[in-house]
Amino acid sequence: MSFWLTTKRVARYGLIGFIRNGFVSLAAVMIMTITLFVVALLLIAGSALQSTLALLTDKVDVNVYFQTEASEEQIQNVQRSLEALPEVAAVTYTSREQALEEFRERHKNEQLMTQALDQLGENPLGASLAVQAKDTSHYETIAKFIETQQALPDGSAISKVNFYQNKTAIDRLTNIINASRTAGFATAIFLFCASLLITFNTIRLAIYTARDEIGVMNLVGAGRWYVRGPFMIAGVLYGIVASLIVLFVLYPVAAWIGPASERFFGSFNVFNYYTSQFPLIFFVIVGLGVGLGALSSFLAVRRYLRM
Amino acid sequence: MILYDKVSKFYNGDRAALAEITLQIEPGEFVSIVGHSGAGKTTLLKMLFAEIVPTEGAVYFGTRDIGGLSSRELLELRRSIGTIFQDFRLLLTKTVYENIAFAMEVAGKDDEDIQADVPHVLDLVGLSDKMWSFPHQLSGGEQQRVAIARALVNQPDVLIADEPTGNLDPINTHDVVEILKKINDLGTTVLLTTHNKTVVDSIGRRVVTLEQGRVVRDDKHGKYIL
Repeated sequence: MSFWLTTKRVARYGLIGFIRNGFVSLAAVMIMTITLFVVALLLIAGSALQSTLALLTDKVDVNVYFQTEASEEQIQNVQRSLEALPEVAAVTYTSREQALEEFRERHKNEQLMTQALDQLGENPLGASLAVQAKDTSHYETIAKFIETQQALPDGSAISKVNFYQNKTAIDRLTNIINASRTAGFATAIFLFCASLLITFNTIRLAIYTARDEIGVMNLVGAGRWYVRGPFMIAGVLYGIVASLIVLFVLYPVAAWIGPASERFFGSFNVFNYYTSQFPLIFFVIVGLGVGLGALSSFLAVRRYLRM
Repeated sequence: MILYDKVSKFYNGDRAALAEITLQIEPGEFVSIVGHSGAGKTTLLKMLFAEIVPTEGAVYFGTRDIGGLSSRELLELRRSIGTIFQDFRLLLTKTVYENIAFAMEVAGKDDEDIQADVPHVLDLVGLSDKMWSFPHQLSGGEQQRVAIARALVNQPDVLIADEPTGNLDPINTHDVVEILKKINDLGTTVLLTTHNKTVVDSIGRRVVTLEQGRVVRDDKHGKYIL
C-alpha cells in the first residue's frame, strides 16, 4: 500500500476521531493547556530569576584603591595583570580626577564638604580599579591575588582593597544566588514532571475508553500504524490546540503584568520577554504539546495492540 | 483447508478449555459448532485468527501453521477471514459506510474500489439507506447486518460467526442465517457457533458437538443434539 494513501487515511481518521469524540478531546485539551501553561510560566520565571540574579551579581565588585602618588604605569600594570586572570570578568579604571568629580557630585548638597575640598587645594583621592568577577565565589581568589601583587613594585602603590569589609555581604549573596538557582531548578523539574504525568495519564484514559475500538481494528487486520496513527494524530491535535490557547492567553496576561514585573524584578519585563523571545516560547510550547500528545498516544495504544 | 491438530488449551488451572481436538474442515463447508456455554466453542474459533494461541498442538490454515506466522502474515490472515460476533463489534464512532470502508482500507484497497464496493455490499444486506448512520442509530439486527457486510467486503475464504444470532429476535435471526447460507453457496467456508436449535436444524449441514473441550459428535448432516 502506498505510504501517502495510508498517511492520508490515518490523518483523516485522526481528525474525525478528534471531532467526534468531542468530550474526550475537550478534557484532554484542557489538561494539556494547563500543562503547557505551567511550562510557559516556568520558562518565564526561570528567565526572571536568571536576570534578577545577574543584576545582583553585577552590583558586586571589589575595589582596589591606589595611593595618590601612584603612577599611571603602575596602575595600568596592575590592571593588566588582573585582566589576565581567568576569574575576572571586567576591570574598570577610575582616575583621580574622575574620583574627585564623582565625590563632588555625590556631596554637592553638603557645603561643608565642598568647602573643605576647596580649601585643601589639591585632590586628596587616589585612582581605583573596580574588579568584577565572573562569579561571586571568585572574589576571594581575586583578593588573594591582589595581596600577592602588593609585594611587587607595581602593587606597592595599592593603598587599600575593600574585599574584606564586603566579604560577609558577598558570601551571603553568593549563598542566596546559589540556593535560588537550585530551588528554582528543583521546582521547575518537579512541576514539569507532574504536569507531564497528568497529561500522559489523561490521554491514557482517553484511549482506554477506545480500547474496544482498538480490539475491533485488530480483528479486521489493521496494521500497527493504522490503529496507532489516528490516535497519535488526535494527540498532536490536542497539543496544537492547547499550545495555541496558551500562546494566545499569555499575550494579554503578559501585557497586563509587564509593568508590575519590571518594578518588582528591577529590569525584567514579562511582556518584553514574551514579545522578544516569542520564537523560542512558540517552539518550546508547540513542540512540547505536539510531542507530548503524540508520544502519550503512542505509548497508550501500544498496550491494546494484539499482533 | 483448516486443520486443528491435537489442539489443547489450558487457562489458569488444570481444567482444559480444549483437550486434544483434531478437526479438519474442507473449503466450502458449512460447519455448525454446538455445545453448552464453556464447552470451548469460542476458544476454538478465536484460534483461527490467533486471538487465542493453543497451549499444545497446532492450527493450520491452508498449509501454514498459524502459530508460526509473522505479525505481517498474521494481519493478512485476519484480512482473509471475516468475523461476526454476538456483540457486533462495530466501530462506534464511525458511520456504517466508514465501518466497512475501514476493513477495505486496512487491506490496502484503493479509493475507487471502496467507493464502488461498499454501497454494493450494503445493498446485499439490505442497508443501503443506512449508509451514513452511526451504529447506535441502528437496531440490533441492522448492526449485525453491517458486521456481516464488513466481514464479506474483502471476499474472505472463511467466515467465522460466533453466536451471531444471540442478541436477535426470530425474524432477524432468520435473515442472518439466510445470508450466511447464501455466502456459503457462493463458496465461502462458514464456521458458526450457536445455541439456537432451530438455526442448526434449518441449516442441515455438518454439526460438530463439543463437550468440556472435546469433540463428542461430528455428523455430516447433523441436528442439534446435546
